[in-house]
Amino acid sequence: MEHAFSPYTDNGGTTVAIAGKDFVVVGGDTRQSEGYNINSRYAPKVFALSNGSVLATGGMYADAVTLVKTLGMRLEWYQFQHDKDMSSPALAQMLSTILYGKRFFPYYVWNTLGGLDENGEGAVFSYDPVGNFQKYKYGCGGSASHLIQPFLDNQIGRKHLDTQIDYTIEQVKKIMMDAFTSATERDIYTGDNLEIFIITKDGVTKELHPLKRD
Amino acid sequence: MPANLEKGGFSFENHTRNIQLEQRGHKPPKATSTGTTIVGLIYKDGIVLGADTRATEGPIVADKNCEKIHYLAPNMYCCGAGTAADTEFSTNLISSKLELHRLQTGRQARVVTAMTMLKQMLFKYQGHIGAALVLGGYDLNGPQLYTIAPHGSTDKLPYVTMGSGSLAAMAIFENGWKKDMEKEQAIKLVQDAIEAGIFNDLGSGSNVDVTVITKDGVEYLRNYGKPNERGQKENSYKYPKGTTKILTSKVRDLVVVEDMDLS
Repeated sequence: MEHAFSPYTDNGGTTVAIAGKDFVVVGGDTRQSEGYNINSRYAPKVFALSNGSVLATGGMYADAVTLVKTLGMRLEWYQFQHDKDMSSPALAQMLSTILYGKRFFPYYVWNTLGGLDENGEGAVFSYDPVGNFQKYKYGCGGSASHLIQPFLDNQIGRKHLDTQIDYTIEQVKKIMMDAFTSATERDIYTGDNLEIFIITKDGVTKELHPLKRD
Repeated sequence: MPANLEKGGFSFENHTRNIQLEQRGHKPPKATSTGTTIVGLIYKDGIVLGADTRATEGPIVADKNCEKIHYLAPNMYCCGAGTAADTEFSTNLISSKLELHRLQTGRQARVVTAMTMLKQMLFKYQGHIGAALVLGGYDLNGPQLYTIAPHGSTDKLPYVTMGSGSLAAMAIFENGWKKDMEKEQAIKLVQDAIEAGIFNDLGSGSNVDVTVITKDGVEYLRNYGKPNERGQKENSYKYPKGTTKILTSKVRDLVVVEDMDLS
């Protein structure tokens, strides 16, 4: 048996983003784990960026932190050069380009970006590790995404019904909290705390809710 | 009667085929594993056994409240970690053999006997039966506590832990265990050890089961601790009646009515 160094590790965790008419709610649990161990009960993997967008990350935490650092730098340069903040759709495209730049040694990160689009409407951008992305109304990533995605399809997508619902921020928050308390029951890598970011035209607010710690 | 039903024991009829399938890249099915924290200790009057209640299949919780403290004999119980089916069937088989042994000899079965039967069985199967056990009991030689590893090796100690949460639990024991503890003290230490596993080991979770064995009998305290009750949901997810539209409907009479000539 030969043992080779692996540059990658999976730190678990789950993220969800839901867009509304003029807002986006982005949430993620705060547990960081490796194998059967908990490294930290509060290691935020959802990051508020300087242009008013919020990036939710999942996968390898070290890669996510490095990626966020790069994005922060590029947002600052953009601000200095153009004397305005980068728009969310522009950031979405730039993130894709940065990810594809490491096509053959990828950042081991599943990104979900929340922001307001050019019309001021809520937008969610979902990515794979090498930069493939699409704009959605809602999305989720990480270790319990396969548990939460069908719940969101049912409650938010409502493609099986012919009535769509324009949820309020409060309603979206409740759906998100139920998604996470349920995921915590069945996914061993999800738990400890839920950190929620609410994005509106007036800025970004943050709140923390406890989850089960077992 | 088919020949393969005549004798007991395992069937190996697909062994060669399965090896070939694996070589061609087919993965074998995953068994439910009890990630598990299990512990036991000796106190003044007997034994206290403890276990968590989480069963996992990879990263998914398969059972939130499973039983890991198995009955072996009226004076013996056994905690199981590892492959759920293996712990269940091994303890069941030995339990049955111990009862026959008691009937044959007319004496209460001894803890060493159970330990020897379990280790000989596990050694015979060279670790392929993935059962890691904590065996506790009380007989004419007083309280006894053993661990039995999947390959058949055993330890006889005053306080033991096993499973993926064994390090978290042992930390609590090493810090708090004393000789000749009172019952309440012993149960509290076992509960603390299991909770250390529940909260710090991802393979363990949910509730605390405890079993106390003394010369006077057994107290089986199922769900002695419940430190992980589910919170209230924010919404109700019941769809109102009529949400699923009926597009067409047809009613057919399943009873065939025939006229009979009674004249």
